[in-house]
Amino acid sequence: MAGTTELTDVTRDEGALRRFLHGLPGVDAVGIEQRSAGLATRSIKKASKLRAIELAISMVDLTTLEGADTHGKIRSLCAKAKRPEAGVSHVAAVCVYPDLVATAKEALDGAPVRIASVATAFPSGRSSRQVKLADTEFAVAQGATEVDMVIDRGAFLSGRYGQVFEEIQAVKAAAGSAHLKVILETGELATYDNVRRASWLALLAGGDFIKTSTGKVSPAATLPVTNVMLQAVRDWHGVTGELRGVKPAGGIRTTKDAIRHLVAVNEVAGPEWLTPDLFRFGASSLLNDLLMQRRTQLDGHYSGPDYVTVD
Amino acid sequence: MTWEYAPAPESRAIANLKPGYRMFVDGEFVDGTGEPLKSVNPATEEVLAEVSTASAADVDKAVKAAHRAYDKTWGRMPGAERAKYIFRIARMIAERARELAVLESLDNGKPIRESRDTDVPTAAAHFFYHAGWADKLEYAGYGPDPRPLGVAGQVIPWNFPLLMAAWKIAPALACGNTVVLKPAETTPLTALVLAEIIQQAELPPGVVNIIPGAGDVGAELVNHPGVNKVAFTGSTEVGKVIQASLAGTGKKLTLELGGKAANIVFDDAPLDQAVEGIVNGIFFNQGHVCCAGSRLLVQESIAEELLDRLRARVSTLRLGDPLDKNTDIGAINSREQLTKITELVAAGEQEGAQRWTSPCPLPDKGFYFAPTVFAGVTQSMRIAREEIFGPVLSVLTFRTPEEALAKANNTPYGLSAGVWTEKGSRILWLADKLRAGVVWANTFNRFDPTAPFGGYQESGFGREGGRAGLEAYLDV
Amino acid sequence: MSDRVPVSKTYKLYLGGAFPRSESGRTYPVSDAKGRFLANAAQGSRKDLRDAVVAARGAFGGWSGATAYNRGQVIYRVAELLEGRREQFAAEVAAGEGVPSRRAESLVDTAVDRLVWYAGWTDKIAAVLGGANPVAGPYFSFSVPEPTGVVGVLAPQRSSLLGLVSVLAPVLAVGATAVVVTSQDRPLPAITLSEVLATSDVPGGVVNLLTGHTAELAPWLAAHADVNALDLTGAPAELRADLERAAAGTVKRVLRAPSTEPDWQERPDIRRLRPLLETKTVWHPMGV
Repeated sequence: MAGTTELTDVTRDEGALRRFLHGLPGVDAVGIEQRSAGLATRSIKKASKLRAIELAISMVDLTTLEGADTHGKIRSLCAKAKRPEAGVSHVAAVCVYPDLVATAKEALDGAPVRIASVATAFPSGRSSRQVKLADTEFAVAQGATEVDMVIDRGAFLSGRYGQVFEEIQAVKAAAGSAHLKVILETGELATYDNVRRASWLALLAGGDFIKTSTGKVSPAATLPVTNVMLQAVRDWHGVTGELRGVKPAGGIRTTKDAIRHLVAVNEVAGPEWLTPDLFRFGASSLLNDLLMQRRTQLDGHYSGPDYVTVD
Repeated sequence: MTWEYAPAPESRAIANLKPGYRMFVDGEFVDGTGEPLKSVNPATEEVLAEVSTASAADVDKAVKAAHRAYDKTWGRMPGAERAKYIFRIARMIAERARELAVLESLDNGKPIRESRDTDVPTAAAHFFYHAGWADKLEYAGYGPDPRPLGVAGQVIPWNFPLLMAAWKIAPALACGNTVVLKPAETTPLTALVLAEIIQQAELPPGVVNIIPGAGDVGAELVNHPGVNKVAFTGSTEVGKVIQASLAGTGKKLTLELGGKAANIVFDDAPLDQAVEGIVNGIFFNQGHVCCAGSRLLVQESIAEELLDRLRARVSTLRLGDPLDKNTDIGAINSREQLTKITELVAAGEQEGAQRWTSPCPLPDKGFYFAPTVFAGVTQSMRIAREEIFGPVLSVLTFRTPEEALAKANNTPYGLSAGVWTEKGSRILWLADKLRAGVVWANTFNRFDPTAPFGGYQESGFGREGGRAGLEAYLDV
Repeated sequence: MSDRVPVSKTYKLYLGGAFPRSESGRTYPVSDAKGRFLANAAQGSRKDLRDAVVAARGAFGGWSGATAYNRGQVIYRVAELLEGRREQFAAEVAAGEGVPSRRAESLVDTAVDRLVWYAGWTDKIAAVLGGANPVAGPYFSFSVPEPTGVVGVLAPQRSSLLGLVSVLAPVLAVGATAVVVTSQDRPLPAITLSEVLATSDVPGGVVNLLTGHTAELAPWLAAHADVNALDLTGAPAELRADLERAAAGTVKRVLRAPSTEPDWQERPDIRRLRPLLETKTVWHPMGV
């Protein structure tokens, strides 16, 4: 792994970038999947489970990214985000399309819930640089405090790493003070080696978070993919001393899944990542399952879906 | 923030622990006339149960029962019928898997995660696999009608008590032999539950006999003139004694002995998985594994980085109560073994290797040893040559593939080896040249009943598993 | 004019591809079946044996690393050369074993055929004794038979050529190397065979032949730590258990001696190949 000084060199030109990314250690697919399966056998019970559930709730980016989204839908999402249920503190953020950011801002009304907006011709990213930057600027202007961009997977898969790198940098500049989450769309990258390379590319370009998926492509977040990304931020920290975040998104629907991811955060990256500043879940239905399981922990008997609100 | 995992212990009641266990001879559980032994839970040092042991007369009875069963039933039974009995055993192990896993962890000290996910399912798989051979032996490549040998005397170690019993009994039965098996002195319990299963599966009396006891019972068994075949898994030291004692008797012998495996990591390895493989290689089952990757050979150019990653990873291993589902490292099997490990670790320090030990807390009671990594080890040190059989890794460096190969092969053992590199041709070059019975490339410690397992040189001879494993139990 | 006086041969050891005398300087007389003096044979010593093991170990890498096709051709070449010296061998066998010349010729013919049989095995052993293991996981696993290393062979005492070839050829076929103690009282065909080996393509050191007293040499061979396997076929009955015990010191693979020397003219099988082979199992993950 390169030291800090070399990292400035690796983005010097396309060739240096390619050599660096291709020089990263490979990921053995069976090995990472086996390690992930091993972590998934951790048995999290009682107080540690309740702690995990509350932590997971605080990490949720409560998301709606539908063509059918309306102002009403966004308002109810924000209400849920602010106060998931009585006695439960707010989630990390809401995540919406740019044109609904203003509605979210209004609905949240100063609550400590961040507003994430997808941008850059989400989810495919298939548009001009100009459109992507305009999309980003619009979202931020509307009040987004976090921008979830997509990388150009076509450029990445055809080896034009420099192009992907520059685009992330440009979006970062356009996003200004908003936190930038870089969606790798790991389901389209196909290999763990690519996930590792894309992770480093995004970190080199200044992404504050690396995020697995748009939620529009299957497979989305899987435990092994999240693990590879956690290894990347861990190693980035080792080289630079900086802490960057990871956001698995799409496909995490159950408390069990969420806890497995938290175990991975704890054991692969380290306990310092157990904070909404550095780990998020991009999810919609997960929140209700977390709430339901929380009830089970508190009440001492199993709860049911009619006891949590459908918003 | 810190997030502590609450204790998640498997219930000890599941083990159905009984105050006393008896030996299994001629289809019945009977009191042995040897001095009873007390099996101890190494995690707490409490006595789990009293186990009756075999005397010389009991060994004789067991061998005679096995002979009768061989002559009257098992040796004559069509393979297809034998197969069904063995399939039954496989199924019944699976049915009682949880009970067996908890009992194994209690008796042996290994983490429940391992007994549950590895030992017990693999034991069932061995019976299932071999059952299918019983009526297909003519296709095994040993001629049109390969015959069994007779009575197999089998002596197994304490590191995988149930699994080793399965490795031994399943092929013996499939090939038409009858069995007298001696489990290890410190871990007799699961073998005796297996005897219960064998009884419930209605195997004819005497086909399998299980006689607990110490080394003297093992010696009595292997030297009994009525035994036609001897299979031993254990230390090289005892293996040599058995091989010598069988000289001139004509008994067929297979030995699965010690090892000092090299785990070779090249600079182009998938590093995170290599770290996992190193950890699994040496800390699986507290390092009580004959094929443990106890010598890490790492390319000098990445040694420092790899060691940093390794130490960070080892620090996350959770040591403690074997019954806790989150325990990665359980208890050392016995005080005697703990003493041996401690002594060799002291030798490592004395000989100038740099010791690092995981800062994990150790329980107040029980036999525990924290995962330990020695850097700066040279080939001449005792910790690089002797089998420690504990959670202690010796790290050596190399510069070229040739040097790695030479160091890897520089041992009288030859059981296993690991190779980590993304370069396919280098893997195959090493796989060809490593003098070891099992070579794991970009993985470690994988076992399967279809894959022959066994050593070169002083790691023993004969194979267990696969078509090759049948040879040990056939007169061919 | 008197008849021409024949030039008789000095029989020496065959070590590392060369023909040295015993370092001990000793020889012993060899007689024919009727007790008539035939020649002086070198009486190999434990130091000769030690040198032979060094030579065999040195040759192991090359021979085991040669392609199976190549080893097959080399063994076949030995058969060709043996065939070419059929009369010489028949004469030596007839003299040493005291059999009629027709019988001796038949023994030589069978020895040639035996070499051909094993020559054909070299590139089939892996397929017949190895294979892929259908393990229950995302791994490709295969097992290959590999030569065990240096094999110490106590050659049959009675069958001086066919017996010797029958125990030596499988060692060559699997890719192991051999240190052979020849028949003590009938060593001459072995030495002539070594001339065949030396002029064939068998690399020096792959086969090392020591003439001498079996009981003197065998314990050193059985206990030698750099010998991987021991073939006791020609071991004196009273020594067999001791030799096996000595072999246990380094966990050698032992081919036990049958109670009486087998009829070497019977059809061979792979029982002599298997004990000289180690099964190596290799695993690799399958993933993208």
